[in-house]
Amino acid sequence: MSAASVHSAVEPAETPLTPESWGKLGMWIFLAGDAVGFGTLLAGYGAMRLTSADWPSPYEVLGINLTALMTFLLICSSVTMVKGLEWLGKGDRARCKLFLFLTALGGAIFVSLQAYEWTHLIHRGLHINGNPWGASLFGTTFFLVTGFHGLHVTGGVIYLLAIIRYVANRPEPRASYNAVEIVGLYWHFVDLVWIMVFTFMYLI
Amino acid sequence: MASAEHKHPNYMAIFWYLAILTVVEIAVIYAPLAKLTIGVLLCALALGKAALVAMYFMHLRFETRTLGMVAITPLAIATLLVFLLLPDGFAVAKRTAGEKAAAEAPAKH
Repeated sequence: MSAASVHSAVEPAETPLTPESWGKLGMWIFLAGDAVGFGTLLAGYGAMRLTSADWPSPYEVLGINLTALMTFLLICSSVTMVKGLEWLGKGDRARCKLFLFLTALGGAIFVSLQAYEWTHLIHRGLHINGNPWGASLFGTTFFLVTGFHGLHVTGGVIYLLAIIRYVANRPEPRASYNAVEIVGLYWHFVDLVWIMVFTFMYLI
Repeated sequence: MASAEHKHPNYMAIFWYLAILTVVEIAVIYAPLAKLTIGVLLCALALGKAALVAMYFMHLRFETRTLGMVAITPLAIATLLVFLLLPDGFAVAKRTAGEKAAAEAPAKH
């Protein structure tokens, strides 16, 4: 059974925006909505920070060594994600599953490091309603934005594990190509958002 | 299947670009430049990295132009929102400063 026949059986009509599948369009629309959510949080953060007289300097207070490592980890997990899709395109299900697993592992390590970072910062006095360094909104926005992103990574890890199972259970490797491409869109989006969060909340 | 064949950018090259740009970002914050210059540079670098991820990892470069418009809209909305919120933020900051001055004034005599 060819992949094309599987697709025509599942999706009889084509979408002009994403000719491969409706699912891909659905994910793009979801991501655009989610991006508005993150955009609103970051825009609100920017406006509050610009108008605050005593905003602490983030990279001095938070430290960026660990976060730079986390950024690198997410970039690496994006690469394993595209490699997984590439292997599936070549019909190699085992390698695809391996790379998807590595991607999920990267996400799990990222969330663990974030938990470590939060614990460390809370012990140093950074709280959601105040901190020793200046504007109390600094802690509020920090935990809200990084927490919202961390939840996305956690969701992504669960989503990836579910897709590994899905890939394993398809009768033919390429039948799951579309599903893997869609989980990839979500994962790269989480990476993209972290690039923004890292820049605006840690570096600037 | 068509989608498996038509897009194979050099993923490792993109990875190296992203890694190098991250190192540049960290170097920029320690550079002896004005705060505003550093801020503008960091925004530009972040947008560049985000564009690389969207264009190549998310294959936006190989998609229809309309899908690109869908993807870019949130950025436009967020940018607009900063300017919508700023006047209110400055007004609150000014009032808070005024209240603080008023609260401190009677304590002096």
